Amino acid sequence: MTRTRPPMPASRTGITDVRNRPKTSWAGLWFIAPFLGFYLLFVVWPSVVGLGYSFTDRSLAGGPVSFVGLDNWVESLSDPYMWSALWNTLLFTLLSVPTMVILALALALLTDHARRLGWFLRFSFFAPFVLSVAVMTLIWAWMYNPTLGLFNSVLESLGLSGIEWLHNESTAMISVVIATAWWQVGFNYLLYLAAMQSIPDDVYEAASLDGASAWQKIRRITLPLLSRTTGLITILQLIGSLRVFEQIYLMTEGGPNFATRTIIQYIYDSGFVGLRIGTASAMAYVFMALIIVASIAQFRFFSRKEQ
Amino acid sequence: MALTTQSSERAPYRGRRSRLRRINAGNTALYTVAGLAALLWLVPLAWAVNTSLKPEGETTIVPATWFISEPTLDAYESVLGRGDILRWTLNSLVSTGIVTVITLVLTALAAYGFSRCLFPGRGWLFAFIIGGILIPPQTLIVPQFILMTQLGLVDTYWGIALPQVVAPVFIFILKRFFDGIPRDYVEAARMDGAGHLRILWNVMLPMSRPIMAAIGIFVFIGAWNNFLWPFIVTTDPEMMTLPVGLGTVLGQYGIQYAQVMASAVLGALPLLIVFLLFQRHIVTGVAGAGIKG
Repeated sequence: MTRTRPPMPASRTGITDVRNRPKTSWAGLWFIAPFLGFYLLFVVWPSVVGLGYSFTDRSLAGGPVSFVGLDNWVESLSDPYMWSALWNTLLFTLLSVPTMVILALALALLTDHARRLGWFLRFSFFAPFVLSVAVMTLIWAWMYNPTLGLFNSVLESLGLSGIEWLHNESTAMISVVIATAWWQVGFNYLLYLAAMQSIPDDVYEAASLDGASAWQKIRRITLPLLSRTTGLITILQLIGSLRVFEQIYLMTEGGPNFATRTIIQYIYDSGFVGLRIGTASAMAYVFMALIIVASIAQFRFFSRKEQ
Repeated sequence: MALTTQSSERAPYRGRRSRLRRINAGNTALYTVAGLAALLWLVPLAWAVNTSLKPEGETTIVPATWFISEPTLDAYESVLGRGDILRWTLNSLVSTGIVTVITLVLTALAAYGFSRCLFPGRGWLFAFIIGGILIPPQTLIVPQFILMTQLGLVDTYWGIALPQVVAPVFIFILKRFFDGIPRDYVEAARMDGAGHLRILWNVMLPMSRPIMAAIGIFVFIGAWNNFLWPFIVTTDPEMMTLPVGLGTVLGQYGIQYAQVMASAVLGALPLLIVFLLFQRHIVTGVAGAGIKG
């Protein structure tokens, strides 16, 4: 940054600006400096260093480090386990995003219409959100227990056969998605509820006078007015879902047969179990690129739609 | 229908008279569905409590039943008697407290700097910091862990807390809120000779109580429930936070389901209490995040 005076913003020179704009003040830097210090130390520095590690054969166990060029990148990108972990992450995202957007909308519509149960409904649907992931997974693993669990007991009392839930390759991911939806949908639900409750009453009353049914009001008024909120929730949920790791790790440890191992778990496994920091770092960057691309694509998609 | 003279904004969470008068079959069905859905949502919590009150022998009865012959607190006694859950709760309180306080201070200072001070390069610096929202913290675990080893902070409260205090998203939210505070207030204070710190402390922050409370609660919940980082940076069970302890060490107690569920219930209690106490702040906080979006 230079010491020369910056050009005056147009608004400062014009008399159109009725408000007093703040004067140039380097004090601002002092206010930002503490955060900036932490940011540089704990985010920027590790990002840079991590990129450096990805070109070395550094091990968490120590030992001499040498430069290996693109070896880690080539190895990661040709590693079928990396791709399957990436696919599992994507599968979780594809299953969980629609579920958690639509479910949140449905629950919020119920709450918005059943006003007299308001407090009770908000408590029930949001309370799971404040549980820690460890508590949530303990409870759901217990309910999913194939022999002693609540779910299979209910199924068997209905004359159906039990399901293996977390212990079967074909049902494990869906089981995780169901548990996640129960746990996390409350946040999306509150966003929808707040948006619904900011829709003015008169809009609905006018529609009622025109003889609109409740369903027509939802379809023609509520849903169109909520499109911005739906966009926001979808973006947040998409980015959140791509980052999935903890609940899956605690419920299945990535099994059975790696069917639920996510990319973050693979990074963790490579770095902290396999002690191979170089490959772990390379994969972390592949994943980071994925997240950034997804964020930007989503953002552009929704900002275009609004125009 | 009587025309109401209320403002067009619906009062949140208050029933609307005009609607409530028209209770009919459709409404009954609606309330039944809503009530059942809410009860269904509580089943996992209820089941956990139910299991935790069973004598250990009754947890393994097939098929599972809600009936308890003799409800007992034995499981809670055993869990609390071992003491580790109290230790983990203390660890969580200390590290989460550090995270919350430091995050709030850093965020308020930086948001003020960006909102009220004009200096060359401000826009670039803001973009540089806000861009950090895009970086998933999970991708930094390896270099962060090595950094913590070098700093000698593994298995310490600072090691758990410090990397969690960097949350650019809250600077973004708070700056937008600060931007909305009328300049007249600030100018009035400046006329009285107040410096930047005084303006922040005496003018901006008192006007920002609800949003600061919301941010504080979200930081608290996030840090309290954070699993991956504390899991990596603690190896000593004595230093583990509640989620890490429950998620890892507990597995070693094997299949004492009543005790496992008692631990889960005890682990859930602190935040459920926070939620009940601050429900209004949390709801408006989420709503505020949505409106900004």
